[in-house]
Amino acid sequence: MSETRALPRYHLTTEHHPENGTLLGFWLYLMSDCLVFACLFAVYAVLGRHYAGGPTGAQLFDLPLVAVNTSLLLLSSITYGFAMLAMKGNRLRETLGWLALTGALGAGFIGLELREFTHLVADGAGPQRSAFLSSFFTLVGTHGLHVSFGIVWLVTLMLQLGRHGLTAANRRRVLCLSMFWHFLDVVWIGVFTVVYLLGVLP
Amino acid sequence: MSGSAEHGSPGHGSQELESPGHDGAIEHAGSLRDYVTGFLLAVLLTAIPFWLVMAKVFFAQPGVTAAIIIALAVVQIVIHMVYFLHMNTRAEGGWSLLALLFTTMLVVIALSGSLWVMYHLDHNMMPTGSPMSMPGANPDPRNMP
Repeated sequence: MSETRALPRYHLTTEHHPENGTLLGFWLYLMSDCLVFACLFAVYAVLGRHYAGGPTGAQLFDLPLVAVNTSLLLLSSITYGFAMLAMKGNRLRETLGWLALTGALGAGFIGLELREFTHLVADGAGPQRSAFLSSFFTLVGTHGLHVSFGIVWLVTLMLQLGRHGLTAANRRRVLCLSMFWHFLDVVWIGVFTVVYLLGVLP
Repeated sequence: MSGSAEHGSPGHGSQELESPGHDGAIEHAGSLRDYVTGFLLAVLLTAIPFWLVMAKVFFAQPGVTAAIIIALAVVQIVIHMVYFLHMNTRAEGGWSLLALLFTTMLVVIALSGSLWVMYHLDHNMMPTGSPMSMPGANPDPRNMP
């Protein structure tokens, strides 16, 4: 034993990493994602009124539909919050139920958005029509892709929760997805304000 | 990816879940009151701008409407950050907030800089009655930026 003790040691025995470093790392990822969206918002802000003789936002946008979409996303934020509270209280089935509702609301959002996109393309207002529509489809489509991947993540996580329960690793994952989900709702505030509401102003 | 060694083996119920190592995670989930307050404020701050635009309340002055709905959006983003994302000065020892502030600064520079530069570019490149704009080159005046 004395020989072992004499050996030089090249690592610290005490843990010097902060607890939950994953959360900070994930937050930094979200901030970099925020910069991606900032660039797309800047593009839309510059090109959003360049119609090239094509249809304008006031002619194309269906505001009641956007209002329904916004409500779906906002509702999904609060149902995710309820899932977090259920997880805090160690109620697995309730957590899964709220997560399922969140996923359903997110799927409804994506469904309505796809319906809007297909109508626009069918009316000849596809992304190739004007700079306005190119930037519109890029910005709103990128947000929609994020929500779609969020739903894939949500379903995967529900399967893991069903199999392994509320383990430490699963709690961390639910927490990361909650940040992702609420972040997407924050981006949507920018989208409905800058793209849809400002877009139909004269 | 399963629970790291210091948290013990996963799946062993309440004892592990109450351990102080998870304070950060548990602190991160707000209370019911937080979520409901945030939700009600968000509903209000969403309904007002939609109403302003859909009911064409101030359409005589689009600039006023634009300023109001942008201001409401900024307030709503802060509400979401505080009540849903639980942003505060203590999360992750303040590093989350620092990263957020830095990102906000970059976003403001990128947005305002792009708008400023491109507005002046449009302004200076605007085709006029000069010899450069040849007849027939631009048959549809609506094609102008």
